[in-house]
Amino acid sequence: MQYDVKLIQETNAYSCIECGKCTGACPVARYSSTFSPRQILTGSIHNSHPEAFRKADLWSCLTCKRCDEVCPSDIKYIDFIHLIRQFQGIENREGTCSHGGILESISKIMMAPNLKQQRLDGLNGNLQISQNSEYMYFMGCLPYFEVLFEDINVEAMKIARNTIKILNYFDIKPQVLSDEKCCGHDSYWNGDIQTFHKLGLANIDQIKKAKVKKIITSCPECYRTLKVDYPKNFGRQEFEVFHISEFLSEIIADKKPVLKSESQKVTFQDPCRLGRHMNIYEQPRETLRSISGVDLVEMGHHHKRSICCGVSGWMNCSQVSKQIQANRLGEAKATGADILVTACVKCQIHFNCALNDQNLGKEMPFQVKDLTEVVGESLT
Amino acid sequence: MEKKVKETTKQKTKSKPQFEPRIVVFACNWCSYPAADAAGINRLQYPANVRIIRVMCMGRVDPGFVLKALVMGADGVLVSGCHFEDCHYSFGARKAAEQYKKLEKIVHMLGLEKERIRQEFISAAEFPKFAKVVREMVEQIKKLGPSPLERGALYKDQKLESEIIEEVAPVTP
Repeated sequence: MQYDVKLIQETNAYSCIECGKCTGACPVARYSSTFSPRQILTGSIHNSHPEAFRKADLWSCLTCKRCDEVCPSDIKYIDFIHLIRQFQGIENREGTCSHGGILESISKIMMAPNLKQQRLDGLNGNLQISQNSEYMYFMGCLPYFEVLFEDINVEAMKIARNTIKILNYFDIKPQVLSDEKCCGHDSYWNGDIQTFHKLGLANIDQIKKAKVKKIITSCPECYRTLKVDYPKNFGRQEFEVFHISEFLSEIIADKKPVLKSESQKVTFQDPCRLGRHMNIYEQPRETLRSISGVDLVEMGHHHKRSICCGVSGWMNCSQVSKQIQANRLGEAKATGADILVTACVKCQIHFNCALNDQNLGKEMPFQVKDLTEVVGESLT
Repeated sequence: MEKKVKETTKQKTKSKPQFEPRIVVFACNWCSYPAADAAGINRLQYPANVRIIRVMCMGRVDPGFVLKALVMGADGVLVSGCHFEDCHYSFGARKAAEQYKKLEKIVHMLGLEKERIRQEFISAAEFPKFAKVVREMVEQIKKLGPSPLERGALYKDQKLESEIIEEVAPVTP
C-alpha cells in the first residue's frame, strides 16, 4: 500500500493541535525515552518523506487506545497507527517479533488451505460439544499458547475447558470447529493486511458452513476482530458475537444460578480490547460480584484509565513492557487482593511472565486467573 | 516472441525432473558445522539438498526460526548440535532439547508431518553420522513429497521472485 493522504485524513490526524496529551497518557512513553505518539503523528504528516517511518518505535505502540480517550481533537490514533504500519517505505518493516516470531509463523501456516489442524486434543473430560448447535465457541489460539507458555505456568486450555463447562452448565452444547484459524488480530494490527484477509475469509467460510448464529469468545482480541473488523472488511455478517463476560452477565441476571467460592478478594484488570475498544466494563464486574464470597476491589487505574499489560500483537517486547507490567502488578498488590482476574489470555501470559521474574515474583502475593476460571470454579 | 518464451518456460516447468527437497540445516559452530566440514574433507558424499546455516549454539535456534523456515518454503528442517555433555555453553543442547519438544507439539497441532523436522546431536568427530542423517532425511522427505507450504502456496496472488525476474529480464532460448 502506498502512502495515501486521503486515508490519513479519514483518521482525523490533520486536526492534531500538538497538545501532547497522548504522550502524557501513553503507558509506553512513560518508561521509554524515545517513544512519543505525538512525534510519530506530527513527523508522519508534516514531512513529505515521513521521518517517523524510519524508527522502530512505530512498532512499540500498544494500540491500547489510551490516547484516543484523552485526545481533544478526536483523532483515531489506533486507526492511524494501523494505517501507517501498512505503508510501504517503512524501513523497520518488521519490528521485533517476540518469541522468535513463532506466533506470526503459526498464523501464516494456518493460511495453507490443505492443512488439517489437530487442535482439540486438550478438550478432554466430560465436556459436551455438539455438531449442530446455533452457538459456537471460538477458541482462538489457546491450544498453541498452552504449549508455548507452559513453562511460565499458564494453562491456556483451562480457559477453553472452563468456558465450555460454563456453557454446558447453562444447557448449551456449543460447536467447536476442529480447523478454526487464527482470527488475524495480530496480523491486522501489525500491518500485515494480506494475512488478515486470508485468515478472515477462511474463518467466515467455515462459520457459514457450520450455520452458526451466535459466537462466544473467551478472548477480547478475537471478540473485537470478529465483531468489528470482519464486518468492516468483509461486509455484514449473519452471526452475532458475544464475549463470555457479556453472555455471563446476561444469563446470570436471567437465571440467577448459585455461584459460591471461598471468601477471597479479587481485582479486575480491564483488557484494552475489551474495555476501551469495545466498551465492556461493567459486565465482567457484575459477573464477579454475583459470586458469593468474592469481594471485588478496584486498582488505582480502572475502567477507561486502566493500564495495558505491556505488549500487543507480540511486537517489541522490551524493558519498557516489563516496567509497565511491574507498575500494574504493584497497583494490584496495593489493593491487597488474593487474585488478579483478567478476561484476556494475553494479559494472563504477560503478567505471569513478569511474575516469573525471581525478584518481582517474590514480592507479589497474588495469582493471576482468568474470569472463566474463577466462574468455572464457583459453579456447583 | 513473448508468447514463445512463455510457452517454452511452461514446457520446462511441466517436464520437471523428480522432486528435489530443500532442507534447511541449523548446525552449531562447535560440533555439527565442523562435522559437516570434516565430511567434506574426508570426501564423504551426501545429497546437495541441504542448506546449512551456522549458528553459535543449537540452543539459540528458537522454535520460531524453524517454523519461519517452513513458512518460507523449506521442505524440511534439521537442527543439529553437540551432545549434552559436550555443549560449549554447558546447557545449550539441553535447552534445545526442551524447545524441540514444544516445536514437535506445535508442528503436530498445525497438521504438518512430524517427519519434516528433526533434531540430531552430532559431535565434531561424527562426520559419517552427519552424512548418514542428511541422506536419511532427504530420502524421508522425498517420500513425503513437497511441503504444503511450498513457496507461493501461502500467497498465491503474489508473484514469485522467479516470475518477476522472468518479466523484467526474460530468458531467451
